[in-house]
Amino acid sequence: MIDSSIDLSDFQTPGRGGGLADVIRRRYLLGLLVRKGTSTRYRNAALGWMWSYSRPLSQYVIYYFVMGVLLGNNRGIDDFAVYLLSGIIAINFFNESFGAATKSITDNKALVKKIYLPRELFPVAAVLNALVHFLPQMGVLIIAGLLSGWRPSMMTIGTGLLGIGILTLLSTGLGLIFGAINVAYRDAQNLVDVIRLFVTWTAPVMYSWKHVGDALPHWAEQLYLLNPLTTAVGLLHRGFWYMGPADSVNLIPHLWRGSIIAIVITAVVIVIGQLVFRRRERTFAQDL
Amino acid sequence: MSIDEINTAVMRKNSKDVRPSIIIDEVHKAFRLRKARSMKDALLSTVKGEPLSTTFEALKGIDLTVGEGESVAVLGLNGSGKSTLLKLMSGVLEPDRGRVLTRGRVAGLIEVGAGFHPDLTGRENVYLNAAILGMSKKETDERFDSIVEFSEIGDFLESEVKHYSSGMFMRLAFSVAIHTEMDILLVDEILSVGDAPFRAKCRAKIRELVDHGKTMVVVSHDMSTVRELCDRGVVIEKGVKKYDGDVETAIAMLSAAKKPATGKK
Repeated sequence: MIDSSIDLSDFQTPGRGGGLADVIRRRYLLGLLVRKGTSTRYRNAALGWMWSYSRPLSQYVIYYFVMGVLLGNNRGIDDFAVYLLSGIIAINFFNESFGAATKSITDNKALVKKIYLPRELFPVAAVLNALVHFLPQMGVLIIAGLLSGWRPSMMTIGTGLLGIGILTLLSTGLGLIFGAINVAYRDAQNLVDVIRLFVTWTAPVMYSWKHVGDALPHWAEQLYLLNPLTTAVGLLHRGFWYMGPADSVNLIPHLWRGSIIAIVITAVVIVIGQLVFRRRERTFAQDL
Repeated sequence: MSIDEINTAVMRKNSKDVRPSIIIDEVHKAFRLRKARSMKDALLSTVKGEPLSTTFEALKGIDLTVGEGESVAVLGLNGSGKSTLLKLMSGVLEPDRGRVLTRGRVAGLIEVGAGFHPDLTGRENVYLNAAILGMSKKETDERFDSIVEFSEIGDFLESEVKHYSSGMFMRLAFSVAIHTEMDILLVDEILSVGDAPFRAKCRAKIRELVDHGKTMVVVSHDMSTVRELCDRGVVIEKGVKKYDGDVETAIAMLSAAKKPATGKK
């Protein structure tokens, strides 16, 4: 036993950090990790960053023609091109961020096994990397919006930022949960792939939410509107596509109520994520 | 560091009431060797009532106190638990039972270069790794020239690390690690880095840190290194502390243990 005469007040327990608070404390390292991610992403590809846009662009073209033109979803939605684009980049950002955060611990196993550092850094850096990747797509959306007559205001920018904020924090929380589980069970990353597929089709990206109301009973519609991703996509629609009362039928209703619900859900997911992560991180070094 | 400060460090080292820097208190560590690698396996085993894992006890109740400014060698045969003990001190692993406490900043010369990225230049890697080891930008800026000079990589600083020879890579990685700000230094088999002159330089640098009152724990199979750097030796056998005292006696015990061990198995 420890001699009781020793003053233990200035001792630390190695390996017990402050969780997400430590990530803020080590923001200099976080910045370097994000920069490492962005600068090495396409290091050996001749076309480099163009690959970042070829996938979303092809996806966009396919959805536009199949969902919009062939299946007629563009009828009844003004500026369907902008409607589709704002939803697609939001959902792609969420999916990339969530997927990368889930794999972040296993991808950095060389470090996790050998050096102690707050491991929350890895999922957070993965999310921020996805955010950096998302910003130029945001630029494309703004240009497309301006071309079709949309004008920025405090309201539109604020709404857009709220939507992006929800997506960022929600993917961080989910990334903490699945990233931690993925260390012991690689099934997590496959499960995440399935979830990402659902996310793409359950959010009102390629169609208007009102079809959901028409096709499903009232309780299912309410459930649909509770999904924070539906709200986030709605906020981006409100921010970058909505141009007046004529568009209201295609806009998610009760967006403010929905936003509060989404913020609460996101906060709960982050807390659960932190708890699960803290519990599982004790065995990261030996399970990897 | 002034002469006065060195003197106080030496005095503290010699006095009976040095404050401990590391306290290992009744520490147990077992590793679960998991059989299930998927949720399906885990579920099936639970249904069948089979154990999900078998356990291997690496440390069975270790007690150890290292005083400030002391340099201690942890000796033992392969699999005795000495590297596990070091990983507990660094925080990479956590004990199952008991407590590990440290005072001050801990730095490890353990598998240096783990944070290096082959596609980044030497310079970028120095900053990234220094940050991983807990240094701020300002601290790295201050030490940057010493780091580069010590590593002897010269003109390769702006080249991507993947073009380095393995010797250059290790020299740079070691150089970053040894220049971190620390109170406690953990050394695990690192002195096999590079060629003979570089190894001598590393030992001299570590010796310098010890003389400046840094606390050090060394795991090495190289007895001449251990003799040179440590005054105190701890022998661990199968997760149990067998001896704690003078380093020469510890080395003698270990070489005695090596012979019957080969006969037994």
